[in-house]
Amino acid sequence: MKKLLSFLGTRPGIILVGAIIGVLAALLVQFGNPVNMGICVACFVRDIAGGLGLHRAAVVQYLRPEIPAFILGSFLAALVAREWKPRTGSAPLVRFVLGALSMIGALVFLGCPWRAWLRLAGGDWNAIFGLLGLFTGIFAGIVFLKRGYSLGRNYPAPRALGLVVPLLSIGLLALVIIGPLFGRNAEGLAVGPIFRSATGPGSMAAPIVISVIAGLIVGFLAQRSRFCTIGAVRDVVLFRDPHLLMGLLSLALFAFLTNLVLGRFNPGFTGQPVAHTDGLWNFGGMVLAGLAFTLAGGCPGRQLFLSGEGDGDAGVFVMGMLVGAGFSHNFNLASTAAGPSPYGPMAVLIGLGLVVLIGLGFRERAA
Amino acid sequence: MSDKEEITTVDARGYACPEPVMLARSALLRNKGKPVRVLVDTMTARDNVSRLAVREGLDSSSTEHDGGFAVTFRPKGA
Repeated sequence: MKKLLSFLGTRPGIILVGAIIGVLAALLVQFGNPVNMGICVACFVRDIAGGLGLHRAAVVQYLRPEIPAFILGSFLAALVAREWKPRTGSAPLVRFVLGALSMIGALVFLGCPWRAWLRLAGGDWNAIFGLLGLFTGIFAGIVFLKRGYSLGRNYPAPRALGLVVPLLSIGLLALVIIGPLFGRNAEGLAVGPIFRSATGPGSMAAPIVISVIAGLIVGFLAQRSRFCTIGAVRDVVLFRDPHLLMGLLSLALFAFLTNLVLGRFNPGFTGQPVAHTDGLWNFGGMVLAGLAFTLAGGCPGRQLFLSGEGDGDAGVFVMGMLVGAGFSHNFNLASTAAGPSPYGPMAVLIGLGLVVLIGLGFRERAA
Repeated sequence: MSDKEEITTVDARGYACPEPVMLARSALLRNKGKPVRVLVDTMTARDNVSRLAVREGLDSSSTEHDGGFAVTFRPKGA
């Protein structure tokens, strides 16, 4: 067991992890998740925000079980490997803001870095603009890091702190299964939350059991291998270290191969599911998301896995994503299949301004 | 190895990715040919910092230290 756990951290290990995640992501679509959305941290957090009633976009409301399962899978992996370590105190408020802004950017593109690669693996060429934006955001983040950007150290915290996010995850899973209706309308009739889309992407989902099992596997493997879609690009540019990139390319390749086998590879720009063809804002949205993720130290998936292993600041980032998703839809900033909303591009520009201010304003790392 | 020798120590505990590796690398650049010790507090940072040794052509070893790890870099064969 110990050998297996440490194998996952090696080069062949992370390539294997990427392959497993790639195949699982494609299979989740086969089981019912929206197309090219087997796994999308941003989309799923957005759906959870909708399920909880933090926004009222009726087509994207579902307490996606994959997200709590990612966290719990990582929690279990960290416990088994004796790596669970409650810690916090590295500018949590700034991480909250970064989480919210990353979400606003990702929802202009319609996907996080995970989905950008999965969209590419499904033949959605609009993802190319998203990925170029993502790389641009990461490069910008590296410039800030080289100038000494830092949100400062975290510090060991009581064990209870490390349990907060895993317990919230268990609560969320309970809400998915029980599906209570807390709200009452004027006539006193029960209405959501919990909301569940009747149409649109939020209505498309793999069976709960399959989502949970897949999520637990991904969370476990990703915690052990330190899988990160931002680190993959960042470490190559910053350190010439291709370790994480190998895992990411393996994910994209195996998702592509699985799509080919299942007849789900449909190359083209138009008619792609849960996507729009506005190249400029596919690019722009992901510049914002990529920069915010880089300044927070990892991709949205990584933030989930870190919060599972006890990192309270990563947990705050995730809360920021949840609230950012609420704002994104309530303020009509998120794109639809028709294209960016009238307010999305301005939100991206304002968000970029704020993230640049964070990049310039936080330089507390000792040389 | 003698415990008495002066060794440059960098405290990278508590920093998020990729800062521990950046701190380690800049310490190695400033102390070329000399041993450098990097303190980290997670296995992730320990592994990331240790991978630096391979790329820089150095020897590295890690020991448990104060609830975290100390990764020591030395020139090959030193």
